[in-house]
Amino acid sequence: MLSQESLKLIDVEVAKYPSDQKQSAVMAALRIAQQEKGWLARETIDAVASYLDMPAIAAFEVASFYNMYDLEPVGEHKITVCTNLPCALSGGVHAADYLKQKLGIEFNETTPDGKFTLKEGECMGACGDAPVLLHNNHKMCSWMTTEKIDQLLADLAK
Amino acid sequence: MLEIEIDGKQLQVADGSTVMDAANQVGAYIPHFCYHKKLSIAANCRMCLVQVEKAPKPLPACATPVTNGMKVWTKSEAAVKAQKGVMEFLLINHPLDCPICDQGGECQLQDLAVGYGESKSRYQEEKRVVFNKNLGPLVATDMTRCIHCTRCVRFTQEIAGLMELGQAFRGEHSEIMPFVEKTVDSELSGNIIDLCPVGALTSKPFRFAARTWELARRKSVSPHDSLGSNLIVQVKHDVVKRVLPLENEAINECWLSDRDRFSYEGLNCASRLTKPMIRQGDSWQETDWQTALEFAATRLKAVVAAAGAEEFGALLASNATVEELYLAQKLVRGLGSDNVDFRLRQTDFSADAVSQGAPWLGMPVAEIADLNRLLVIGSFFRKDHPLLAQRVRQAAKRGLKVASIHPTADDWLLPVSARMQPKPSEMVAALAAVLKAVADAESKSVDAALTVLLPADMPAEAKAIADMLLSGRQSAIWLGNFAMQHAQAATLRRLAQEIASITGSSFGVIGDAANSVGGYLAGAVPATGGKNAAAMLSESLKSYVLLNVEPSLDSAAGERARAAVAGADFVVNLTAFNSPELRAISHVMLPVSPFTETSGTFVSCEGRAQSFVAVAKPQGDTRPAWKVLRVMGNLLSLDGFDYNDSEAVRADVLDITAFPVANLSNTLDGLTVSGSAASAGIERVADVPIYATDSIVRRAPALQRARDGAAPAAYLSAATMTSLGLNAGDAVEAKTEQGSARLVAKADDTVADGCVRIASAHETTAALGGLSAVVTLERV
Ligand code: SF4
Ligand code: FES
Ligand code: FES
Repeated sequence: MLSQESLKLIDVEVAKYPSDQKQSAVMAALRIAQQEKGWLARETIDAVASYLDMPAIAAFEVASFYNMYDLEPVGEHKITVCTNLPCALSGGVHAADYLKQKLGIEFNETTPDGKFTLKEGECMGACGDAPVLLHNNHKMCSWMTTEKIDQLLADLAK
Repeated sequence: MLEIEIDGKQLQVADGSTVMDAANQVGAYIPHFCYHKKLSIAANCRMCLVQVEKAPKPLPACATPVTNGMKVWTKSEAAVKAQKGVMEFLLINHPLDCPICDQGGECQLQDLAVGYGESKSRYQEEKRVVFNKNLGPLVATDMTRCIHCTRCVRFTQEIAGLMELGQAFRGEHSEIMPFVEKTVDSELSGNIIDLCPVGALTSKPFRFAARTWELARRKSVSPHDSLGSNLIVQVKHDVVKRVLPLENEAINECWLSDRDRFSYEGLNCASRLTKPMIRQGDSWQETDWQTALEFAATRLKAVVAAAGAEEFGALLASNATVEELYLAQKLVRGLGSDNVDFRLRQTDFSADAVSQGAPWLGMPVAEIADLNRLLVIGSFFRKDHPLLAQRVRQAAKRGLKVASIHPTADDWLLPVSARMQPKPSEMVAALAAVLKAVADAESKSVDAALTVLLPADMPAEAKAIADMLLSGRQSAIWLGNFAMQHAQAATLRRLAQEIASITGSSFGVIGDAANSVGGYLAGAVPATGGKNAAAMLSESLKSYVLLNVEPSLDSAAGERARAAVAGADFVVNLTAFNSPELRAISHVMLPVSPFTETSGTFVSCEGRAQSFVAVAKPQGDTRPAWKVLRVMGNLLSLDGFDYNDSEAVRADVLDITAFPVANLSNTLDGLTVSGSAASAGIERVADVPIYATDSIVRRAPALQRARDGAAPAAYLSAATMTSLGLNAGDAVEAKTEQGSARLVAKADDTVADGCVRIASAHETTAALGGLSAVVTLERV
């Protein structure tokens, strides 16, 4: 199901924990699986779970809790906007609305050209930088005014 | 010990107690949803908030450890304000439509909302809706009602041993669900219905059948396994509508197996026999009791007089009551015969010659918690004894190490640290090897009668099991149903006894039915050289009395048992059910009460005698079997049948106040043992599936639809399959000396190589007969 390379990477994570507690590596293993497959299909989660000797539903709990894991295929650029309370009070919802309007999609949707997916995120621990958004799970973008959003989308569309 | 004051009351609690424990101790009720004494602490419902001195905010009682000198108020203004706040939150998304909810009237949320809820909701927005999940034929869902206490999740994880439910997604999107489209298949699944504090999980068979306040609640005892779980049977207009656990910490705790819980559907099935019937030629006539009983008595007398008493025998159900078994054997003996037995699935009776009492568990069930080593021999443990396995599972978490000697390695959902997987014909050799290993290790000599069995060399697995047992502080060795039904059951028992005595282990037999112990105490076994069940079923006698027995399904002989009974001149059948098989083999059928409609006693595996009374009126003209047997005794002019009530019958058998009851013994000193006969060919490993054990369960439709109710197949390991040139999914014809059956071959690597697992107690496999036999498999 998963490639040899991915399994090797997972083994490295598993080795960090006692041998009877492989399931401690579930978050890392799901991340590695997502990296390989692009997103986490139910079968992928099942495969990770059985590799770690844990019930599939327990892995699914984790995969569905954190929104950095994608349970559906996503576009080339996944933009996750924080709408939790501190951000919401400082323009987070507004930033999200602006993105929706610009991209012509709602949360959890992907543009028809497959370029952009919009997600609603939970607090990223950067409330002081609000509004904040995350690009492809890794790049944090702060103080996202409409101008900066225009700039970001323009850069990404290149 | 720690000092704590709760609502002004001083008390001392053990170190490590929570505020909830302390409150329970002093009888102060704290509202709660997620807390459950048998489950881990989740502290996610927040209903149990209390005020604690010096704490700046209310604390959850279920998760707050007591500290010395702590002062707690559970009903102060601050506490109640917090509890009311939580209630308002819980009701935000919960539907406020109790009248159309199946849980209405027995809902903890409804009850607590009366105490802590407002009369009007401030929440005007739209409520969330959660789609229902299909959890199988037993548990119905109404997931919008879920309050996410996760009791159900923790139950599957911690008590049932396999996490079949989880809480997926997050925040207000949280949902309780199985993984993708899976159902909840645990044999203990019904307990999540009791645990769910709201109407999110309810009983599918009982759904909208009655309201809790319409039901009478009566105590009873489960007839389905040797544990004797205590039941609350709920009855409306003399019909059993639902079965719930009656909490008994020493036996079933607060749990029930699904078999105990849902079997009641069989009591109300269409095939109940409700009128006495007499066969005339090939047709059956309903009649009254007087006619039927006189017919039965006169003909029985005539046949016994003509053919001799040794040509008459009685076959009794192993879950008949002590009273029924006692009167039945008395009737047999009154007529001059000694042919009586209730052990229909047993095949080796050589233990009878040296036995000194009824085989039993050898220890109280509650003491399983103190064991630290356990060897289970010949058992489909989890499915045969669901709640006993549950206890072992809990003990395993506290350090109990478990070993198994059995042809299949089924997943017991608990760690098995050492295992031998012999073929059925190698069971004796496997046990002998373990015996040698423990004797060598302890430098003890083995009883001379057993030395012939000791092997020259010893497999490493035997050594591992021996080491495990010997390293224990408190160990036990149990023989399961498969071992007791084995063709060399007595030798296995003798060997296990010897291993137990060398290792200082407690030694016992788990028992396959509600009265596996009681049947012996009632004397329902041959005592003076009479025929045992196997003998009565291998060749026809001239007449039989049957008590709640369906020969082809309830006996080791399968189809041949049916044929044996069919060959008799006269068969009196005391039965709760009517079936084509029973009509074909009987001459008179007398409708007798199942356990819910009679008083009686079961003696459980731990030697606990539990009496119960009828919870419902007998259906139709049905009568309690003990009364029918009493009248038959009178009609046959036999002495000692003048009982006024079932207590008087019981008093002739046992003293119910003794625990354990008298006359229990597992020792078989002086037994002549038999060595293994190596067999050529594929050996059958026959289980009695969990929902096929007795005539009531077999008629419970919801259980039959469950995963464990699936029709038998031929399960083989991949290696065995290859050696036979078969592929998974092939239709095969399985043949034994006795007959054949069409089955589907399925791959199952838990089955020992060289074996095929084919369930018994099912009409599709009854023709195969014998529980252990050599089988040939051919693709068709
Ligand atoms: S389904 Fe019932 S038991 Fe399970 S989490 Fe929801 S409310 Fe609790
Ligand atoms: S609320 Fe948005 S980063 Fe914290
Ligand atoms: S009972 Fe304490 S938080 Fe639920």
